[in-house]
Amino acid sequence: MIPLLFVILVTVATVLLGIIATKRAQSASDFFVAGRQVSVFMNASAISGEYLSAASFMGVAGLVMRFGYDAMWYPVGYAAGYLFLLLFIAGPLRRFGAYTIPDFAEGRFDSPLFRKIAVSFVMFIGFFYTMPQMKAAGVTMGSIMQWPYWVGIVVVGAVITFNVALGGMKGITFVQAFQYWVKAFAIAVPVFVIMSVYGSYTSTLSKTAANASGFPVLVTDGTYKINGKAKAPTNVVAFQAVEADVTFRSSTVIGKVSPSRKPEAGEDALVLDAIIKAGAIASGTTIHLVPVVVTRDGVPVEKDGKTVLTGVKLEFDEPAELALAKGLPVPNAQKNSKWLAPFGTLTSKHGYPLLYTYSLIIALICGTAGLPHILVRFYTNPDGRSAKKTTFWVMVLIGVFYFFTPIWGAVGREFIPGLYVPNKTDYVVINLPGQVPGIWGDVLKGVTSAGAFAAFMSTFSGLLVSMSGAWAHDIYGRILQPESSPTQRISAFKVAAIVIGVISMVLGLFIETFDIAMLVGWAFAIAAASYFPLLLLGAWWRGLTATGAASGMLVGGLSSLTAIIFFMLSDRKVVTIADPLVKSLCEQPAIWTVPLSLLVMYVVSLVTRASIPKDVDEKMLRLHAPEGLGYSKDYISSDH
Amino acid sequence: MSNHVDQVLNPERDRALLGRVMRRQVRLSLGVASVFLGIVLLLPVFNLYYPELASQKIGGFTLTWLILGVLFYPITWGLSAIFIRKSNALEDAIERDEKSGVAH
Repeated sequence: MIPLLFVILVTVATVLLGIIATKRAQSASDFFVAGRQVSVFMNASAISGEYLSAASFMGVAGLVMRFGYDAMWYPVGYAAGYLFLLLFIAGPLRRFGAYTIPDFAEGRFDSPLFRKIAVSFVMFIGFFYTMPQMKAAGVTMGSIMQWPYWVGIVVVGAVITFNVALGGMKGITFVQAFQYWVKAFAIAVPVFVIMSVYGSYTSTLSKTAANASGFPVLVTDGTYKINGKAKAPTNVVAFQAVEADVTFRSSTVIGKVSPSRKPEAGEDALVLDAIIKAGAIASGTTIHLVPVVVTRDGVPVEKDGKTVLTGVKLEFDEPAELALAKGLPVPNAQKNSKWLAPFGTLTSKHGYPLLYTYSLIIALICGTAGLPHILVRFYTNPDGRSAKKTTFWVMVLIGVFYFFTPIWGAVGREFIPGLYVPNKTDYVVINLPGQVPGIWGDVLKGVTSAGAFAAFMSTFSGLLVSMSGAWAHDIYGRILQPESSPTQRISAFKVAAIVIGVISMVLGLFIETFDIAMLVGWAFAIAAASYFPLLLLGAWWRGLTATGAASGMLVGGLSSLTAIIFFMLSDRKVVTIADPLVKSLCEQPAIWTVPLSLLVMYVVSLVTRASIPKDVDEKMLRLHAPEGLGYSKDYISSDH
Repeated sequence: MSNHVDQVLNPERDRALLGRVMRRQVRLSLGVASVFLGIVLLLPVFNLYYPELASQKIGGFTLTWLILGVLFYPITWGLSAIFIRKSNALEDAIERDEKSGVAH
């Protein structure tokens, strides 16, 4: 009950603040230059508020809980992206006066066609980014209200879509700023209480390090619901190599039984029939797990003087309920030493840990610059100097926030390891506070639930506004109905908001099994290979042509998209990717798609160099000459 | 704006000015970026080749956890503060040099 109250409170506050801010914004210029009256600090809070999505609030903690050290590259990459934005992009773009990528695309190359291509990428990237926000809504409502996943998505998605369609998100610097502070409070304050009850960040990590070959163990007896094949890959329970009894509380069907440890080349196929066989299992069946000795040519394999053992991995065809006893080393978790050290199961899963790590870093750093709803916020700065100052404060605000996220993962791993069993580590920020005894547990859960709500509301609203705006302004207003009146465009915006909101909800239903932060990583990978090269070369190379930039963007963006869809299908076992190197490059494509995109831009621009705009030097001076020299002017197309 | 540079189109002058301005800006941006990329790109290599050193205990953290999970953020703040100071100074210097015609 208490968590629900907190959630309602933050939702009502957001809607009300939005209405007040909308009423205050009297004219179109209020709407566009609201930031010119607000301080750098307020502006930085607003940018941070919009940037810190559900992936940052829930996803990162969940990933750290699941994968340990490796997952910390996510928050680091999200934060580091702003440094790159500051070094290479924010300054020139502020001087150029273009604050959406379509504006930049048209202004830099005098090409309306290019504007259209740029707009279509707003949609692609936007949808990839909204999906994880939807999942977060489903997860949060599922946890605090026990609603099914889809109900949370439909209810929350409908409320936000309605709010945006009514125009409640206009000129809402103040709302976004408010939501940053809700999130910062919600991620930081409960953690101090939890640490005072259970032990500090460093003592938890030390404990993990001291028991290097151990696992987190279940803290209570419990029954766990496991998904069926329809929700692969979360239908897997990989037991550790221990002796224990497991009871099935429902009848189910096991699709596949295999060793938890991935066999290495030359090792014998293990016979696990003595423990359990694939097929139908009756409710009430108890199986006795034993460690299985890994052999090569019939001889036990030894590593570091110890015999290598494995447990069994069950893949369920039908949903199952398993009763597990307190003290069981928790299934699906990595060994302490692997969790704590670099190159655990996240980056090593395809056997190319360095490649995976670098590709992830490139996607996150380059992708930040290409998110449709981020650059536009820099427009609210009066000049280049305050734009830089704002960026600095954004980095401080999001850095402080991200510092706290791994603490949730580390502490959650020790104290609610039960989340590993049903593959629900994304719930850690919502569920961990509930472990604090008494009413404070509920209050803290209310605080983090409110934070999660602030996270997906601010980001989903921001994306919905960018996407609907791109539709109403660029697609409807410029392509379909160039003669349309402003009123018609506003209706187009509202219709677009509803249609895009509904599509986002439907997409959200399909991605329950994917990690939130990983989905966001993919949105970054597409942005990194399309918008980032465009902005980087567009700002720093006078030889870039419209044809070159557009082909590079299309090739880079579409190859990232194809690679990722291919990987998602293989995750669902629809297609098979045999080569682990190819699989790694499909899951994390930035390492080849970003250079590919840059290369295509370079080569095609050389070939089409006759079409370099005649006034390119003037444009480049607008991007680079210090404002005092008088070359900058605000580029805002007349009908904004 | 009273301090406009003469805006009559003069392609050769514009191009020369652009070259001078961008050279100075790119040197600064690449300088800061290389320090940052040095840290980010060397850390995985360090983890791979010096795992014992990376897992040294420092105040409850392992060394590499301390770098990635804690120190990384203040490092980016420091780099961005340095960049902003230098970049503002650079813009002032460019304006001064160009207006006084030193480079012409």
